[in-house]
Amino acid sequence: MNALRNYLDKIKPNFEEGGKLHAFRSVFDGFETFLFVPNTTAKCGVHVHDAIDSKRIMSFVVIALIPALLFGMYNVGYQNAVLAQGDLTDHVGMFLFGFLAVLPKILVSYIVGLGIEFVVAQWKNEEIQEGYLVSGMIIPLIIPVTTPLWIIALAVAFAVIFAKEIFGGTGMNIFNVALVTRAFLFFSYPGCLTGDTVWVADSSIFGLGYDLADGVTSATPLGIAAAKGVQSASLTMDSITGLIPGCIGETSVIAIALGGILLLWTGVASWKTMFSVFVGGALTAILFNKFGSADNAVAMLPWYQHLTLGGFCFGAVFMATDPVTSARTETGKYFYGFFIGVIAIVVRVLNPGYPEGMMLAILFMNVFAALIDYYVVQSNINMRANRAKLK
Amino acid sequence: MGKLFSKENQEVFSNPLNLNNPVVVQVLGICSALAVTSQLKPAIVMGLSVTVITAFSNLIISLIRKTIPNRIRIIVQLVVVAALVTIVSMILKAYVYDVSVMLSVYVGLIITNCILMGRLEAFAMQNGPWESFLDGIGNGIGYAIILVVVGFARELLGAGSILGFKVLPQAVYDLGYMDNGMMTMPAMALILLGCVIWAHRAYNEEKK
Repeated sequence: MNALRNYLDKIKPNFEEGGKLHAFRSVFDGFETFLFVPNTTAKCGVHVHDAIDSKRIMSFVVIALIPALLFGMYNVGYQNAVLAQGDLTDHVGMFLFGFLAVLPKILVSYIVGLGIEFVVAQWKNEEIQEGYLVSGMIIPLIIPVTTPLWIIALAVAFAVIFAKEIFGGTGMNIFNVALVTRAFLFFSYPGCLTGDTVWVADSSIFGLGYDLADGVTSATPLGIAAAKGVQSASLTMDSITGLIPGCIGETSVIAIALGGILLLWTGVASWKTMFSVFVGGALTAILFNKFGSADNAVAMLPWYQHLTLGGFCFGAVFMATDPVTSARTETGKYFYGFFIGVIAIVVRVLNPGYPEGMMLAILFMNVFAALIDYYVVQSNINMRANRAKLK
Repeated sequence: MGKLFSKENQEVFSNPLNLNNPVVVQVLGICSALAVTSQLKPAIVMGLSVTVITAFSNLIISLIRKTIPNRIRIIVQLVVVAALVTIVSMILKAYVYDVSVMLSVYVGLIITNCILMGRLEAFAMQNGPWESFLDGIGNGIGYAIILVVVGFARELLGAGSILGFKVLPQAVYDLGYMDNGMMTMPAMALILLGCVIWAHRAYNEEKK
């Protein structure tokens, strides 16, 4: 550690004003503060000093995403092998195949997103903002494995510029950047994000995996439910372990739960938001079970399947709890989460065009987060004003 | 002749094209700018229609401005605009029926276009017919330019074509390129329009 610190101190003058590498000052600064907690503190006014800064918070979220990422890689290989009727016992091979299939997406996401961040930071003469560390890891996890790289690059650039930088950068964005990326993909290139053919990698990489014949399809369970209404009995178990087709990181409830526990334990995510998303989703699903039309297969899905299928868990754990775009008042978090759950199930059930409603639900509630906070604060003010009134 | 094209009159004409553009500076007429620009052809026709209607309504109102009672001037302006819009709408139906179907209600809605009422109230009611006519043409073209820019980008990126002709060769699609479906939605038109405003402001800042 000391050697690293000394090395950074040695090369630091190059990046100062007048140094020969001054053009890369923001890059150096970004890496230095990523590796070591900076010593600088606010000089004036009253501030609460905390040992944890936003780079450390971001790192926790990235660590929490790792189980979902690793399992997602394994599942990519597993689904490929299932469809090719290949060897299902070759766990290492399946994982390596998934690793090679997913790695380029992570690289593209980080290179494009961080590249834009670096350029903007240098241009505005500011420090690099760290928000993209998390978004860049989430983005590859919420898209299908067959999404072309150039489309990912385009969507990432769009989201970072139009959902984040023009609002003022990290911490100022109204919408979750990763979800804007997905929404852009979803509406711009619907062929890449919906349908039956996008969920499984269809060609081998460096001799790993299997080449699939053209036209092999594998729909997500939600897609099947929306189209045909067939649900197999073993599905619930598979959807908990995650061995089902779907976006790369969203399939496994267990892997997401591991990350969720870490987020709750470190206090990065709010249990109030997370909990109320599940409550809202479960209640709405039960209501649809009771009063929905029996012809609508998605309405008849039991509530526990609704919660375990699709992106519900991933959205609830990693994206509804985004501290920037969610409601900030403690009471507001209950309302915010609850309505995400409600809207996600309502979209799934009532709109056959969108088998998955989590993305739209979270983006929709992002808009209302500020309004929820406003009413919570106002009601608090009114309550106290009433209490203070002389009788 | 010299007076007709004096420096003031030239400015009346050229200001709305750039520094006082009705769409990107005054941010008027956005609704129709988003609705009709999914392809280039309706955008051009819409721009031309608005130019003609703004020019002639400005001219007519300016001619009768001294006889219009102040308290009912909005009604008089609306009648003039509505008459012109009806004429243009019928001409479109007669000669370019397919485009008029594409534009659907938006030709009729030119009556409520803020640019028109704004120019009538702010310019034609105070100025002579020739200046008003120039102002109308300038504002109409200023509106049309933006529509054409947005329509061009949307049709190129959303359908790979210009004016209905495929310009992107099949080879590009074979490489894996895909048309951007969001470009055909009004949401993307708003973002593109924002980009046009961004570029326009940055350009004019630099010149100052």
